[in-house]
Amino acid sequence: MSEKVLMKGNEAIAEAAIQAGCHHYFGYPITPQTEVAAYMAKRMPKIGGTFLQAESEVSAINMVIGVASTGKRVMTSSSSPGVSLKAEGISYLAGCDLPAVVVNVQRGGPGLGGIQPSQSDYFQSTKGGGHGDYRNIVLAPSSVQEMASLTVKAFDLADKYSMVSMILADGTMGQMMEPVSLDVGEVTKYEKPWALTGTKCEREHNIVNSLYLKPEELEIKNFERYEKYKAIEENEVMYEEYLMDDAEVCVVAFGITSRVAKNAINEARANGVKVGMIRPITVWPFPKKVLEAAADKCKAFICVEMSMGQMIEDVELAIRCKKPVYLCNRVGGMIPTPEEVLAKINEVNENGGAF
Amino acid sequence: MESKRVTLFAGHYGSGKTNIAVNYALKLRADGKPVAIADLDIVNPYFRTKDSEKELTEAGIRLISSQYASSNVDLPALPQDVYSIVDNNTEYAVMDIGGDDRGAYALGRYADSLKKENNYEMFMVINMYRPLTRDVESTLEVMAEIEAACSMKFTAIVNNSNIGEETTAQDVLDSLGYADEVSKATGLPIRLTTVDEKLYNNLYGKVENLMPLRLQEKIN
Repeated sequence: MSEKVLMKGNEAIAEAAIQAGCHHYFGYPITPQTEVAAYMAKRMPKIGGTFLQAESEVSAINMVIGVASTGKRVMTSSSSPGVSLKAEGISYLAGCDLPAVVVNVQRGGPGLGGIQPSQSDYFQSTKGGGHGDYRNIVLAPSSVQEMASLTVKAFDLADKYSMVSMILADGTMGQMMEPVSLDVGEVTKYEKPWALTGTKCEREHNIVNSLYLKPEELEIKNFERYEKYKAIEENEVMYEEYLMDDAEVCVVAFGITSRVAKNAINEARANGVKVGMIRPITVWPFPKKVLEAAADKCKAFICVEMSMGQMIEDVELAIRCKKPVYLCNRVGGMIPTPEEVLAKINEVNENGGAF
Repeated sequence: MESKRVTLFAGHYGSGKTNIAVNYALKLRADGKPVAIADLDIVNPYFRTKDSEKELTEAGIRLISSQYASSNVDLPALPQDVYSIVDNNTEYAVMDIGGDDRGAYALGRYADSLKKENNYEMFMVINMYRPLTRDVESTLEVMAEIEAACSMKFTAIVNNSNIGEETTAQDVLDSLGYADEVSKATGLPIRLTTVDEKLYNNLYGKVENLMPLRLQEKIN
């Protein structure tokens, strides 16, 4: 009998979080991520965990801050407009150096936008979203299996670096059903001596706070935090290379668009076009080094995105504008077709780029 | 194909109800019956009967679906035309109910009429490869929640156990024991075992009441 089960991406995130030891979830329904909350509502009572539907996204993220302060694993999830509401709390989590996992199953924007899939929260998740100098680790799954495995990874990285990890998915990833193995392997436990667990009159009080009365101290704190971010950029970059060995055109895409791009690349390869793909799995830290190395071999890059061109800026920075970067995009909830990507590959291969 | 006038497909979220409902309606229509299919899903705005609109309409099946299905908004609205199914009993009807108890609430408002006419079957679609209906106990739990939500009782079971594209004939055979146990525990017959049409030849003769499914394509 198959050990795999058939799951929606949203359900895979929820179950993987539970397997990773997350027994506290706070959320608020919004399409297309509602299944995360619905799944948690069913499962948490059965394992003695907490599922709480808050009265708003703002409330939910502040509940996350509360549980994170105690050192317990905690998660919230939402979709684009809801994540905007959570932005203040995410900044506070960063300011307090608290680990937590925040899931964004993106939909079309700006504003209320629409319920169809999108990748236009790339800036929001990788560049901040909330106020102040801070980073989130941002993981971009491209299959239901990765929705599960990267959620486990997100908890691990959040604890390891005491900061927010985000899952940056989209409506398609959340809604699609695929076979998935829920064997998450050994879950690493991290010491959290800073956690608010009660002194029992045996130690000094721990304080979780993001307010610094002396600017000198706040400056030091910021510098320290960026040392940590530097280590993450050094050690935690994840990406997939696809047919890059002899590639002259390099497609860059993450999440659902990387799957569309793969189909187009296979088609182009069948016609003799030397094209490959670098798929960032961590969109922060961004896979700068592998892209810069590719810039020495390839004549052009194509960013396939469901946004007006957000990741493309990071690609241009990573390759230091050595080669032209072209955009192939659909927005508003539309998904690029393999035919559209193939046409762009052919166009760039014939007319674009420079060696 | 012998069928009651109204056939309802309910079950756990993502168990395959919409796919089966569409295939079932096409089968009824192929037998020459006048058929309507109604989309009562108020839970999932994405995978809807409406995705098969072209195929259904071309086959001469009347599609009753919310104008908001598969659109860019999530409005859990029911079309007024659904009443034409309970009011007009000269037509065969297939009703695609939303997942879980949350989806079944929408059926409740038609329950009295359906029970009064008493010419319906209500199928519980089960899939043992879904994590929340992995065993008999959890499946019975979902069934009881649905029945309570819509004030109607299931009359039969449809075994649609699959793990998507990776499903093998053996996976289906492995699910027969589970389906039998659900059948025994509820006293309800297994009316159909539904499989991707690609597996049909492999399983023909090995499984009773086997029905091939042509999988619906998601339109953007």
